[in-house]
Amino acid sequence: MSGAAPVGIVLVSHSAEVAASVAELAVGLAGGGGTAPILPAGGLPDGGLGTSAELILAAAEAVDGGAGVALLVDLGSAVLTVKALLAEGDELPEGARLVDAPFVEGAVAALVTASAGGDLDAVAAAASEAYAYRKE
Amino acid sequence: MGMGLGMDETFDAGFFVRWLEAAASAVDREAGRLTELDSAIGDADHGANLKRGFAAVAELLAEEPPATPGAVLVSAGRQLISTVGGASGPLYGTLLRRTGKALGEDRRVGRERLAEAFAVGVAAVSQLGGAQVGDKTMLDALTPAAEALRTSFGAARTAAEEGALATVPLQARKGRASYLGERSIGHQDPGATSSALLFAELAETARAEGAA
Repeated sequence: MSGAAPVGIVLVSHSAEVAASVAELAVGLAGGGGTAPILPAGGLPDGGLGTSAELILAAAEAVDGGAGVALLVDLGSAVLTVKALLAEGDELPEGARLVDAPFVEGAVAALVTASAGGDLDAVAAAASEAYAYRKE
Repeated sequence: MGMGLGMDETFDAGFFVRWLEAAASAVDREAGRLTELDSAIGDADHGANLKRGFAAVAELLAEEPPATPGAVLVSAGRQLISTVGGASGPLYGTLLRRTGKALGEDRRVGRERLAEAFAVGVAAVSQLGGAQVGDKTMLDALTPAAEALRTSFGAARTAAEEGALATVPLQARKGRASYLGERSIGHQDPGATSSALLFAELAETARAEGAA
């Protein structure tokens, strides 16, 4: 919680629109300007539905300021692709982590925490805690 | 090659490149059938995804042929993770990458050594996807195939085909098909089907070199 660079956040969805919209929503709910870096990595490079390792790696590199990168994913191949890239060991930035969290709520919680200067553990914990918020 | 050495025969990097090129052709040929199977219980992209991924693998191996069997498989696996775009990318990518790593730096490997390495790769797929045999996934073909490869390439091919057919009466417990519950019963799993295709091409490639 010092003046160091904030944790970066990457949102991985099968859909480019979903990833971009959730990023926009999180920035809006986190207070607009002055947030930690957050980027979408949605869909395939040709715009189709799917998961692109290329887009994930580019987004992770772009948001990485040295404090770690929290990756939030929607389902299926998004989960498996990030896990496989992490297992690869040399492609994602050091300190990249798959965060087990609901996609929308987790993105908001992660961005608010990262923007407040929370470290990667705090960001991951805040995003995961979003699972505990019941709606009924 | 072709010296009738039987069980002592070993395979170099070129053998594995030829296998993956044959796999790319087979996936291209069967893409329609794989997508048809996937449209019944999945999201109808398995054929197109694998076609894109294996074409990229064949292209990469032609441009930069690695020197060892292990390096061929690691390189191919990485390319599948990068290019497939669906769950089969990280799953097959992990299978080939871990199998390749298990083969180490040797310039030639025998079938039994390959069977041991495949068992490592298959275990990594199970861990990545959290699936077991009987969940109606590619593991229903891969697991018996890796085991049967200890006996022969032909036995591995048969085991993979039988494993794929045995997914028909199963209820899916992993992936998108699991959302269908009992309605997934009665359809052959596309992932197990493509796995059988890969082992069929492995057996064909071995047979072309006089190995069983």
